[in-house]
Amino acid sequence: MDVSPELQKTVSPKSFSWNFGDTVFKYLTQFFASLVLLMILLMAYEMYASSSLSIQKFGWSFLTSSEWDPVMDKYGALPFIYGTLVSSLLALVIALPLGIGIAVFLVELAPKWLERPFSFTVELLAGIPSIVYGLWGFFIMVPWLRSTVEPFFSKHVGFIPLFEGAPYGVGMMAAGVILSIMILPIIASISRDVLKAVPISQKEAALALGSTRWEATRIGLSYSRSGIIGATILGLGRALGETMAVTMVIGNRPVIKASLLEPGYTMASVLANEFTEATSEMYISALIEIALVLFVVALLVNASARLLVWSFTRNSDTGGRL
Amino acid sequence: MEKFFFQYRTFKSVVMYGLCILSALIAVVPLVLIFYHTISLGIGALNVDFFTKLPKPVGEPGGGLANAIVGTMILVGLGSLIGLPVGVFAGVYLAEFGRNKFGTIIRFLTDVLNGVPSIVTGVVAYTVVVLPMKHFSAYAGGFALGILMIPIITRTTEEMLKTVPHSYREAALALGIPQWKTTLRIIIPAALGGIVTGIMLSIARAAGETAPLLFTALNNRFWHTTLNQPIASLTVFIYNYGVSPFEDWIAQAWAGALVLILLIFILSMVVRFATRQRY
Repeated sequence: MDVSPELQKTVSPKSFSWNFGDTVFKYLTQFFASLVLLMILLMAYEMYASSSLSIQKFGWSFLTSSEWDPVMDKYGALPFIYGTLVSSLLALVIALPLGIGIAVFLVELAPKWLERPFSFTVELLAGIPSIVYGLWGFFIMVPWLRSTVEPFFSKHVGFIPLFEGAPYGVGMMAAGVILSIMILPIIASISRDVLKAVPISQKEAALALGSTRWEATRIGLSYSRSGIIGATILGLGRALGETMAVTMVIGNRPVIKASLLEPGYTMASVLANEFTEATSEMYISALIEIALVLFVVALLVNASARLLVWSFTRNSDTGGRL
Repeated sequence: MEKFFFQYRTFKSVVMYGLCILSALIAVVPLVLIFYHTISLGIGALNVDFFTKLPKPVGEPGGGLANAIVGTMILVGLGSLIGLPVGVFAGVYLAEFGRNKFGTIIRFLTDVLNGVPSIVTGVVAYTVVVLPMKHFSAYAGGFALGILMIPIITRTTEEMLKTVPHSYREAALALGIPQWKTTLRIIIPAALGGIVTGIMLSIARAAGETAPLLFTALNNRFWHTTLNQPIASLTVFIYNYGVSPFEDWIAQAWAGALVLILLIFILSMVVRFATRQRY
């Protein structure tokens, strides 16, 4: 039980008589808390066991082969891993500067009355379901990319391999843009918390030494570097696992192309598209192995991000929570 | 020279702050556009039939998504059966007994579980429920949603219980009330508003999930009769209709998206209002 330190000092625990109800209550809640741990172990075990067929047959080459041929029962996950990484990194490249800009705006510039409605707007952006982003991306954003943005890129910088090829609309770029909208709230809100946790003395010292306001903000930003990196990785974690929106705009073709205008495929979207159609046991097993890879990556990414954010905001009142 | 340098720095300061304001404005644009398009494209197909009729086959006009709306409610209800007890009790443990190593680990794992992609949860539900039963069912979908709800409920319950002043606990203990009764009858009621907020947030998230339902609950164009069979959900219908080539189906997909967005919007408003009053 949470009692203040003073009370703990004055009343030694031994003087309480043993209470049956309290013991039961404590272990009951502890049981439910342990379920969280069990759930994660169960997930890992179930996916490992169900993908044993594919793990045994392909070994590590599953991760390095780019051949995905259900007809010949040959499976390599490289195009999906590539697609997941590239679309997520592209999302970060777009969302990170915007997210930091928003955080600085909220902490340094926004008038008090604007802060609440704006935070509400950002939260709302985070609450919109993935499928709605997908629908909007598919019918509104993709045609816009096809008719306006991508022709611009291929006309002016088309000689760079990154922007080569015909403007399809659907493809890596569409996935990156829609993901950047979706992860912006996470990056912005955590960066805001982290920036708020910077001691005011840091800023005051900078201003006293004659720096401009922006230079003082810069010092705050570099002070909270690890927290912002944590926020970024957390955004990355969300982008890696995002399914519906990406599936609807990325084009779903298991190829590895340098150009962002070309269609691609991600680990999450191949699961969404092919799982119910998978006929052979090896096919299902290979798909579950992809889920396992995605699970392990998400676990690592989230764990490291949480550790970074925690280590930074542990001592402040925001507690590193979203 | 020095004066010039100072002017340059002041100029840079203004420009950088200008960029910050610009990025805040850019963030609002997609939100406004998504709301605008969903409302303008969805309102046309939103009528009484949408909420009361079954989906019609291709080519026949009209029809609605009544079974999908009910299906989503049933799936979220099933998910709550798992998510509510586990989430609330785990949150109680973390808040009241969790100041030890085990508590720290569980708190950390809850955050990690929150980051597990929802499609992976769907795969796990497939292997745990669908494979042994050999067919898709509402149970499998509910199981997947339940896992997704746990971390949200756990962490908000913990945070809300921690906002209850220590003096409440001390006063109750001083009166000789056992710890469990203090927690159940005094601490939890005091934080009830916040806990309900967390539950509503998790319900909003579960109702908007598509990926974990694709190969667990699957879909169904008719009224379901038992929980042991595939069941329709609003989100899966939006997906199927959205990628279909038929215009009236696409219009209904937008209408479904509008219903979802309104639901999320109203829940967020209620949550805002409730938390503002209490804390």
